[in-house]
Amino acid sequence: MDVQSWTFLIVGATFALYIGIAIKARASTTGDFYIAGGGVHPVINGMATGADWMSAASFISMAGLISFMGYDGAVYLMGWTGGYVLLALLLAPYLRKFGKFTVPDFVGDRYYSNGARIVAVICAVFVSFTYVAGQMRGVGVVFSRFLEVDINVGVAIGMAIVFFYAVLGGMKGITYTQAAQYCVLIFAFMVPAIFISILLTDNLIPQLGFGAHLGGEIGSRIAGGETVTLLDKLNGLNTELGFTEYTSGTKSKLDVLCITGALMAGTAGLPHVIVRFYTVPKVRDARISAGWALLFIAILYTTAPAVAAFARTNLIDTVSEASYAQVEGEKSIPQWFKTWEDTGLLAWVDKNADGKVQYVAGAALAGKPSFAKADDGSWARGDHGQRLVTNSNPDTANELYVDRDIIVLANPEIAALPAWVIALVAAGALAAALSTAAGLLLVVSTSVSHDLLKRVFMPSISEKNELIAARVAAAAAVMVAGYFGINPPGFVAQVVAFAFGLAASSFFPAIILGVFVKRANREGVISGMLVGIIFTASYIIYFKFMGGTPDQLWFGISPEGIGALGMLINFVVAFVVSRFTPPPPQEVQELVEHIRVPVGSSGPSAVH
Amino acid sequence: MTGSKQDNADRYWARNLRILFALLAVWWLVSFGAGIIFADSLNEIRIPGTGFKLGFWFAQQGSIYVFVALIFIYARLMSKLDAEFNVHED
Repeated sequence: MDVQSWTFLIVGATFALYIGIAIKARASTTGDFYIAGGGVHPVINGMATGADWMSAASFISMAGLISFMGYDGAVYLMGWTGGYVLLALLLAPYLRKFGKFTVPDFVGDRYYSNGARIVAVICAVFVSFTYVAGQMRGVGVVFSRFLEVDINVGVAIGMAIVFFYAVLGGMKGITYTQAAQYCVLIFAFMVPAIFISILLTDNLIPQLGFGAHLGGEIGSRIAGGETVTLLDKLNGLNTELGFTEYTSGTKSKLDVLCITGALMAGTAGLPHVIVRFYTVPKVRDARISAGWALLFIAILYTTAPAVAAFARTNLIDTVSEASYAQVEGEKSIPQWFKTWEDTGLLAWVDKNADGKVQYVAGAALAGKPSFAKADDGSWARGDHGQRLVTNSNPDTANELYVDRDIIVLANPEIAALPAWVIALVAAGALAAALSTAAGLLLVVSTSVSHDLLKRVFMPSISEKNELIAARVAAAAAVMVAGYFGINPPGFVAQVVAFAFGLAASSFFPAIILGVFVKRANREGVISGMLVGIIFTASYIIYFKFMGGTPDQLWFGISPEGIGALGMLINFVVAFVVSRFTPPPPQEVQELVEHIRVPVGSSGPSAVH
Repeated sequence: MTGSKQDNADRYWARNLRILFALLAVWWLVSFGAGIIFADSLNEIRIPGTGFKLGFWFAQQGSIYVFVALIFIYARLMSKLDAEFNVHED
């Protein structure tokens, strides 16, 4: 069977599975719809959290990103896992004890203010939509690349699937499909990783192969008779070609600290992750469930840097100084090079006209490749059959443009793996994108039906009508997300920094103070959130959209890391303002006492 | 709420904060410490028999393993603490 048939088969089978689960796990009450009735087993919740958290970007782009960043890629690895420690120790158990449905629920009740609730709703909706647009696009891209359908058709299929189980099943449907999606995505990520590890280092476990000596089929060839570790070889190759040593970084220490900090606090403050901890039966389950979630996430997050190093070593060895045309007895480029060149993820410009690929430091092109067209509308080809580009960057000697997504997507072909593995990667990428999209859409729908309608505008709405409102809101959210998937705003990549920056500088301090500082009051926390958000947003907008230049950065802190500073400012402002304004009312102080001990937690529907 | 009950809750909370402080200190040390601030000096050391420089390993592998362990240790310590102060659910 060819790749295409395998892909249809595997993707079709996984979709049937998700729909089957959704039908079995329909939501019948608002409790089911918002928090799966509060009865999810901690291990299942851990898997669901893992799938919820690991997006199309984690699955497809992260290993590639690290591959080109080397040591600096650690900001993502530590940032997106370390946040779970904060979540488990500082937030999850207390929010579970609080026992309602959403993050704005907590902010609004703890700070006895609908103003605070609405600020929280706006942040939650903004953060979720920012994120979900990228997921829908990811679904479309995977469909178009693996099944050769139009990107927009792919987005529409993705919308239909998510619509089905998010609108029908709510949190209950999503939770069990996400657990299944976790299994699919982790299997799809690990199989090629293990194969590559064996090929390069003769080691079954990628995390160990990462530190091992070169060996195996491809590894021995790269080592060329030497006994050398993969990382030493890679450092050597990188330096030879003018890149920084793989195991050292180029970012300043302060910037690395800030980005890691912002990503950690942002992770702990993302509403679609926090809300997962309302779904387990007990406070004790919330604690342990965070552990399971991180364990499941760590399997991918410790494999990704290994894949990054394997793929980079193999890439440099395969393409550097290889002849583009197939020349007998000379090193020539492999077949996958041309396959991926046709998709536009690779581009080669023969700057010195020697017919060979020179891959050295510096940008080969000005931005992403823009391919030239011939008069008849087909792609213009050069002397060797390569696609011609119009935006070659003459300032560098580098001739090769490599899109980072290739590292994961082309891995199976680079390692010459069987067709079913390629199909599996497609199914895995779809599972990662769909599960995250569903989780985010649910936050949006809950924010509207519960936080705005039930808690602010129509407190007397009946349970039945609230459930209908939730479904309508979920359906509307799917439509909006689909629209953004088909017409992606050009700034999607930039706004991801926003999502984490905002979560870090708004929710995170508000919740921490709500639990740990009894004296924190409405005035303090609202001013803290506003100052934190405005500061963070201004810095990001200035540098991302208004042409701020790198030499204007404060202490070299990049926009991705500014959320860390925004968070500190939020803490300080909230603390100081709280000192000089009246303390919270007695019942709020009692609420704080109440959430600090596990005893007496009841089902959320009872509290509600 | 009676005085002794309040007292019990306060002592429980103080113990809880001590556990948090200790675990977060480890969290900070492996990530911001070993993975970033001291990474260059730790890179002088190699994990024997491997290509891993220690600082790099902490940044891309070790810190994540420690994070996972920390949460499970936390869950365990808190269950014991809940039992000791009789504030557990069920």
